[in-house]
Amino acid sequence: MDKLLKLGRDVSLLWRGYGASYLGGIKNTLLLALVATAIGCVIGLVCGILQTIPCAKTDRPFKRFFLGLIRVLVRVYVEVFRGTPMVLQAVFIFYGLPYFTDNAMRFSSVWAAAILIVSINTGAYMAESVRGGILSIDPGQTEGAKAIGMTHVQTMTSVILPQALRNIMPQIGNNFIINVKDTSVMFIISFTEFFAFHRYITGVNNMYFPSAAIEMLGYLCMTLAASFLLRWIERRMDGSSSYELVQQDALTMTAGTWSLPDAKGGR
Amino acid sequence: MAETILEVRHLSKSFGSQTVLRDVDFSVRTGDVTSIIGASGSGKSTLLRCINLLETPDSGEILFRGENVARPGFSAPAYRAKVGMVFQSFNLFNNMTVLENCVVGQVRVLRRSREQARANALRYLDRVGMAPYVNARPRQLSGGQKQRVAIARALAMEPELLLFDEPTSALDPEMVGEVLSVMRALAAEGMTMLVVTHEMAFARDVSRRVVFMDKGVICEQGSPEAIFSDPQREETRSFLARFRQS
Ligand SMILES: Nc1ncnc2c1ncn2[C@@H]1O[C@H](COP(=O)(O)OP(=O)(O)OP(=O)(O)O)[C@@H](O)[C@H]1O
Ligand SMILES: [Mg+2]
Repeated sequence: MDKLLKLGRDVSLLWRGYGASYLGGIKNTLLLALVATAIGCVIGLVCGILQTIPCAKTDRPFKRFFLGLIRVLVRVYVEVFRGTPMVLQAVFIFYGLPYFTDNAMRFSSVWAAAILIVSINTGAYMAESVRGGILSIDPGQTEGAKAIGMTHVQTMTSVILPQALRNIMPQIGNNFIINVKDTSVMFIISFTEFFAFHRYITGVNNMYFPSAAIEMLGYLCMTLAASFLLRWIERRMDGSSSYELVQQDALTMTAGTWSLPDAKGGR
Repeated sequence: MAETILEVRHLSKSFGSQTVLRDVDFSVRTGDVTSIIGASGSGKSTLLRCINLLETPDSGEILFRGENVARPGFSAPAYRAKVGMVFQSFNLFNNMTVLENCVVGQVRVLRRSREQARANALRYLDRVGMAPYVNARPRQLSGGQKQRVAIARALAMEPELLLFDEPTSALDPEMVGEVLSVMRALAAEGMTMLVVTHEMAFARDVSRRVVFMDKGVICEQGSPEAIFSDPQREETRSFLARFRQS
């Protein structure tokens, strides 16, 4: 019992001394995870659209070659970034750029580097999720869209992706939560997120365990908040389960004249 | 003499080793209703899907207003906007309301303004008797209602030719009538339609021409009177006899 009291005292001591640092770390972590997940989703969507472009036998050879090339490139991208640890990717990209350009180019800010690395890593995972999400929508809707003259991109953006996105919301949430935690490896390129402050602070006062307790609690709060938020967004996306009749059905019920419904039907 | 809007010449299609369409030849004239009848698996859907380029024919030509649309490199979307299609399984967009289903194509493909598209969609929804349901989503509708929305969606694009692939086959018997009556009304207004159907009464009473398909070939075609009262081929006779029995 008195151990717990001691922990409480230590934690409050730490918090009074370094609370602002911890909060700053939380802010950086959340910002990085949020921005990188969003960009990663966009990358995933683009890859998903590119991978599902239909390829008919009657298409010109050039187009077929091009589509094949795109598919191969996307596959390579997915396999490479899904198959290597993000810490290594960070080192590889952050130090690789100046190495290959003889220091002519380097990352001007560690933020840009961190966002880039986490984004393309997330994108590799999202590409597969999006592809699965697209495949889960019944092909009839794609045909329905094509039959009224929509192009592949129009079909995707208007019909398929909104539904695929809803279906993969749990995976997007998963990726976000993983990013909140895994951005901690970005200390390797001296990005100061939440976990980096643990390292700095314990470097000056070696209160490892109390600081770790703060970190645990901090991460848990972030991910729990994210979970709740995601559930809420999902419910919003599902919309209402009922609708209002504007008037009677003229065919199955008695025939009647019908006036314009109010403007709420539009988007 | 009405002009020919669609002409299919020597169309063939196989899936792997199975030949589904063999040297199919026929044409559709503007303002006519043409019914395609035939046993299950005779290739009727495949023919319709080839005409709309949802399947790629192996050989042959599909001339739409004289232009071969089945040639390599032909851009399908602009052509499909002029040829509507109604599917057996409705294929409505589940992420949209009834109204949005009928608006999206006009806005994105025909580049109409949203207001114009809305007004237009409402007009066609009214015509199929679905105006009260503009705010409903497809999953909240019965099969017959879904099919009427699908017809309105196709009509809203103001197509020059409308293809139907067994529009009533997925419906409960009591809903077949509401869809057929919409189609009858369209026919009466002079809409050019090509209808794959198992509704023999519809084929006989509404269509100008009837095409009977058997095992991937057109076995017999002609006026409804000729096909139903005086079929020349043995295959046609036995197909119709089977239908009369059931
Ligand atoms: N995508 C496909 N791949 C392989 N075979 C197919 C494909 N689509 C259709 N077939 C085959 O082609 C043949 C003709 O099919 P189709 O759907 O055109 O017949 P149908 O006349 O429309 O029959 P129904 O009246 O049952 O709808 C069938 O034997 C079917 O198995
Ligand atoms: Mg069929």
